[in-house]
Amino acid sequence: MKQDVFMLGGQEFSSRFILGSGKYNVELIQAAVEQAGAQIITLAVRRANSAGEGNILDYIPQGVTLLPNTSGARNAQEAVRIARLSRELGCGNFVKVEIMRDTKYLLPDNTETVRATEILTKEGFVVLPYMYPDLNTARDLVDAGAAAVMPLAAPIGSNKGLATREFIQILIDEIDLPVIVDAGIGRPSQACEVMEMGAAAVMANTAIATAGNTPQMALAFKKAIEAGREAYLSGLGRVRERGGEASSPLTGFLRD
Amino acid sequence: MKINGVQKQCPANLTVSAMLEQEGYAREGVAVELNMEIVTKDAYDTTVIKEDDVIEVVSFMGGG
Repeated sequence: MKQDVFMLGGQEFSSRFILGSGKYNVELIQAAVEQAGAQIITLAVRRANSAGEGNILDYIPQGVTLLPNTSGARNAQEAVRIARLSRELGCGNFVKVEIMRDTKYLLPDNTETVRATEILTKEGFVVLPYMYPDLNTARDLVDAGAAAVMPLAAPIGSNKGLATREFIQILIDEIDLPVIVDAGIGRPSQACEVMEMGAAAVMANTAIATAGNTPQMALAFKKAIEAGREAYLSGLGRVRERGGEASSPLTGFLRD
Repeated sequence: MKINGVQKQCPANLTVSAMLEQEGYAREGVAVELNMEIVTKDAYDTTVIKEDDVIEVVSFMGGG
């Protein structure tokens, strides 16, 4: 069987599970990455702590692609600033653009996100924009040179699942870039569902970080994402709107 | 000078390299911004900090 991979910034990925590294301690990261089989992990850029603090990079296995985010940015200018700093940290040119004006629901500002994406792609970044699932914005992001689009399923950190299902499906159907569903996915079954719908990948952080057993939940997500992908590739069986249909032959055994 | 939001005394001829060492930052794991402009690593030894400069020293942290 042909290997099932997807491309981001000219790089091939076989794992469709992008793991966040927030809200849990560094010792758990390595175990979570391994159980997840993740090839991409997100990070944030913040003011450094002086002296004695462990470097998070020491806990991320070799060969994993780092995806720094621009969290904390309130507009395109701040996102560009954070992205440039992240590249200066010397771990590649991938960036997840994340721009929020709203502090209650943490919803992304699509307009500023398009603006930042335009600037950063011109500077050679591989840009993965976090966005509210809007078709027009997604088209603008394609034009701006994004490597993928990352629509939210529900507010960040909420674990509420696929609140934007219909609109994510529209993006999957209409946008010719990988659609990576990010934010709000709370359970493996929801990750599986979005993969069945044809998403290219799932990104999860809080669902893993707040689970009773973080590495075990990472493994559960991995399996769900793989199952959903297999189901999508195989093509789901049809739904019968009314009535049933026997799965066993109805020929006359034990009756006339 | 201000480093990560904290006002500090700035000794004469303080280079970015010397500042990082003095403040206890590991040179490898950080990126430095001087008055909103990035200082590349190869310029750490030659870039001198002035009294009114605003410096940001950043690194990677866990995040989603």
